[in-house]
Amino acid sequence: MNKRERITAIVVRISNKPTEPDPEESLFDAGYLDSFALADMVGELEKEFQIRIPDSELNPRRFESIARIEETVGKYMAGAHAA
Amino acid sequence: MISFGRYLPERVLGNEELAKRIGCEPDWIETMSGIAERRIAEPEETVAMMATRAAEDCLKREGVKPADIGMVIVSSGSSERRFPGPAAEVANAIGIPGVPAIDLPMASAGSLFGMAMAARLAPAFGRVLVVAAERMSGPALAEPLNSDVAILFGDGAGACLIGEDGGKLDIVDSALHSDGTWAKDLRLEFSGAVHMNGRAVIMQASRKVPGVIGEVLARNKLTAQDVRYFLLHQANQNLIDRVARVLGVGSERFPSNIRRYGNTSSASVLIAASEWIETADLRPGDPVCFAVFGAGFHWGALLARKT
Repeated sequence: MNKRERITAIVVRISNKPTEPDPEESLFDAGYLDSFALADMVGELEKEFQIRIPDSELNPRRFESIARIEETVGKYMAGAHAA
Repeated sequence: MISFGRYLPERVLGNEELAKRIGCEPDWIETMSGIAERRIAEPEETVAMMATRAAEDCLKREGVKPADIGMVIVSSGSSERRFPGPAAEVANAIGIPGVPAIDLPMASAGSLFGMAMAARLAPAFGRVLVVAAERMSGPALAEPLNSDVAILFGDGAGACLIGEDGGKLDIVDSALHSDGTWAKDLRLEFSGAVHMNGRAVIMQASRKVPGVIGEVLARNKLTAQDVRYFLLHQANQNLIDRVARVLGVGSERFPSNIRRYGNTSSASVLIAASEWIETADLRPGDPVCFAVFGAGFHWGALLARKT
């Protein structure tokens, strides 16, 4: 699975919804994530991609959609790789 | 920690009544927060009045005379006035005018910050009475009604007397942190309703509370499994359960009264402690960890041991 597919699988698992979100749609507005599911999802993303997203970067807007999550995860994967 | 005390207004606002006002199902409130009812202060139950009652309860429980207090610290994020804060009024009301009385205008985290500072100030000032009192129901239920906020808050006060001369628990260590990055995400202006960006608050609290608990435990060569009880700010039952899960500790070690009182902001951890200590199953030396998170953001943890 590529990065987007892995992120989508985490979102679907955490949300318990039978459908996959569109990459650009708001996961909050579409009912995939609430405040607690968001916190759980960040933990799952960190485990799945073996990254650590700093607290200072934990802005809900960075996790608004699959596309935004892909950007956020990519930033730290790249950072981890460069380090 | 020599003694704990509390004061809760008599008026109960249950989910059934609140749901009608908000326009939701009562079950939704409990699912989202773990809260079934909260206490609502009457007009005469001001922050200073509730703080005074909690302080008196705290002193009475251990037969402490007000004259034996060297300092008063009162925390409140919902005080009725810009100034003066309630601290001097509380000191006066319990009969110790002239004793230094400090206000901590900090919602949620104020009581633990007060306790941590009291532990350091007690050697210089003598016994320090830490009180937290909140009237959150007014701003939480202000128009325009925000259901995410309206369901959470209640009113009440808690107190703890801290001194060097023994007591129920010995304060061992504390870790305190503040970061203004998210100051606007949880705030109460002098007029208006509570503004809360729930996603940002939960996201940060979910990380910072287990983090600061881990910090203070690691410094004292303890693990979460070693801790007999965790007394957390009673913000939301789902958050308390999440912290327990992250720490890998059973939820039975997290005393909770949020179902009955809702989130009473900085008063909550002291109200919870005052109820818990009455029946707590503790052996000498047992570690107990207090932890809070709130507007600011401010967060911290305090480690104590059964005397």
